[in-house]
Amino acid sequence: MNRMHVKQLAPPPLDHAGQSGPIAVELSDASVTFGRGDRAVPALSTTSLRIADGDFLALVGPSGCGKSTILRLVGGLVRPSTGVVVVGGREVAAKALRIGMAFQNPTMLPWMTIEQNVLLPLKIVEPFRSEFRQKRRNAFRDKAHALLDQVGLGGFGPRYPWQLSGGMLQRANLYRALIHEPRLLLLDEPFGALDQFTREELWSTLQTLWVTHRPTVLLVTHDLREAGFLANRICVMSARPGRVIDDSSVPFQRPRTIQMTFEADFVALNQRLRDLIVNARSAGTPEGGHGPA
Amino acid sequence: MGQLNLKQKLWSAGLIVLFFVLWELFCLASGMSDLVLPRPSQVMETMIRRFPVLWPHILQTLSTTMIGFVLGVALGVLLGAVIGVSKVAYDTAYPLLIGFSSIPKVAVVPIFVLWFGSGSVPAVLTALSICFFPIVVNIATGLATTEPELEDVLKALGASKFDILWNVGLPRTMPFFFASLKVAVSYAFVGAVLSETVASNRGIGNVMMTASSNFDVPLVFAGLFILAFLGVVLYLAFSLIEGRITGWATRKNDLVAT
Repeated sequence: MNRMHVKQLAPPPLDHAGQSGPIAVELSDASVTFGRGDRAVPALSTTSLRIADGDFLALVGPSGCGKSTILRLVGGLVRPSTGVVVVGGREVAAKALRIGMAFQNPTMLPWMTIEQNVLLPLKIVEPFRSEFRQKRRNAFRDKAHALLDQVGLGGFGPRYPWQLSGGMLQRANLYRALIHEPRLLLLDEPFGALDQFTREELWSTLQTLWVTHRPTVLLVTHDLREAGFLANRICVMSARPGRVIDDSSVPFQRPRTIQMTFEADFVALNQRLRDLIVNARSAGTPEGGHGPA
Repeated sequence: MGQLNLKQKLWSAGLIVLFFVLWELFCLASGMSDLVLPRPSQVMETMIRRFPVLWPHILQTLSTTMIGFVLGVALGVLLGAVIGVSKVAYDTAYPLLIGFSSIPKVAVVPIFVLWFGSGSVPAVLTALSICFFPIVVNIATGLATTEPELEDVLKALGASKFDILWNVGLPRTMPFFFASLKVAVSYAFVGAVLSETVASNRGIGNVMMTASSNFDVPLVFAGLFILAFLGVVLYLAFSLIEGRITGWATRKNDLVAT
C-alpha cells in the first residue's frame, strides 16, 4: 500500500463539531450487511478510510465490490452495521456538511421539469432554502436558466425528464449535485451513460470546479482513465465483500489535459491499477459481479 | 392529436344520442306503457315541468354527497398517509381495511339510522363510509410503493421526513389519489342516495321512492337522469383537475425530444 498522505496521520477532528477539519470523511472499521440471519448479504467488509478536506478521491474496483455502499455510507443513506462513519466531524452527514450527490441512475423526479429538478437542492438546503422562499424563485430561475444554458441543457428547462435523452439526464443529474455549492461531492459513476467526448468535456468542467472551489470529492467509477484524470488519490477495492486493497496518489500536475492521459506515466498508472483489479476479480467469488456496484 | 381527440368526443356524444334515440324508438314501436318504461322524451318533459319541486331535493342530495365526500377524502388521506408511510403499519392495517371495505354499505345504513335518526346525518355518514376506503387504499399504496431511489435524492440533501413526504411521497401519490377520487365521488353519490331511499324525507333518493310507490314512473326515471347527470359532472370536474396536476404521469408521445 502506498501511504503517501501525511494528513491521514492527523488525529480525527472530533473536537471540531460542525466545522470541516482537516479530515472531511472518516470510516473507522465500518462494515455493511444487508438483511439478517441466513439471508444476510455482506456488502462491505470492515473498511477504514480517511479523506482529507478538499481532497479528490476515486474509488475503483470490480463490480459489486461495495464502492457504491461506501458512497451511500458517507451520504448517510445507509447506516454502518459495525464501526463508525464520521463526516465533517459528525455522524449525521448532511447536518454537518453541504452534500451534493449524483446517483448512478439519473433519478430525476418525474413530476418536476428539468429546471425544477436541478433547482431542487436550493429548495431543501439552507441557506438557499430561506432565500428560495423569500425571493419567490425568480432570482433562482434566472440562475437556473444561465446554468442550464452553460451546461448544454438550454431550452430543456421546462421539459419533463422522460422527454430528455439519457445523456441529457446525466448532465442534469450532475448539475443537480453541484447547484448548491456542496462542500462534499459524492459521485456514483456520474458519466456512465455519456459518449466519450461529452464525458471528457464534463471531466474538464469538474476539474475546473474542483480547482476553484476545492470541495472534497469522492468519485466511484469503473473508468481508470477517468480516475487518473480527475483524482488526487485512487483507492482500489477487492471483490465483494469489498475492502480497500490499494491506496495510491496521482502525481500529475493540474490542470490536467486529455492529452496527458495518453502519455507513458499515465498509461503506466492505468496498467498498474488494471492489474490490481484483474487480480481482485479472480480472487473474488464467481457471483461477485451481481451485487450492488 | 387535437383532431383525434375531437373525433373521439364526437363519437362519444353520438353514441349517447343514439342510445336515447333507440330507447325512444323501442318504446314507440313496442307500445310500451309508460308505467313500465317511459320514453326519454317523457322523462325530460317531466323533469322540466317538475323542476321547481325537484330542485330542493337536488340540492339536498348534492350537499349530503359533497359533505360526506369531503369528510371521507380528508379522513382517507390522513389515514392513508399514516398507513403508507410505515411499512409495518401498512402490512398490519391492510387486512382490517379490506375487511371493513368489503362490508356491503346497505347493511350499515340501518345502524346509522339507529344511532342518528333519519335525515341528513345518516346520508352524510353513508357517503363518507363508502367513499373512504378507495382513498385510504390508494394513498397508502401510492406512498408505500414510492421508489426509494427518489427518496434518496432528498435524504442525501439532509431533508427532513416532512420534506420527503411533501416533495416526493405526495406528488408521487397524486395519480393514485385522483384515480381514487373519481371512483370515490361516484361512490359518495351511491351512499347518499342509498341512505335517502331507506331513511329520509328529502333528497333525490326519497323522491324516487315516493314516486315509485305512486306509480309515477316518469318521475322515477327523472330522478335517475338527474343522478347520472350529477355523477358525470362531478367526475368531469375531478378529471379536469387531475389532468392539470398529474399530467406528468400520462406521457404524450408527440412531445418527446429527439
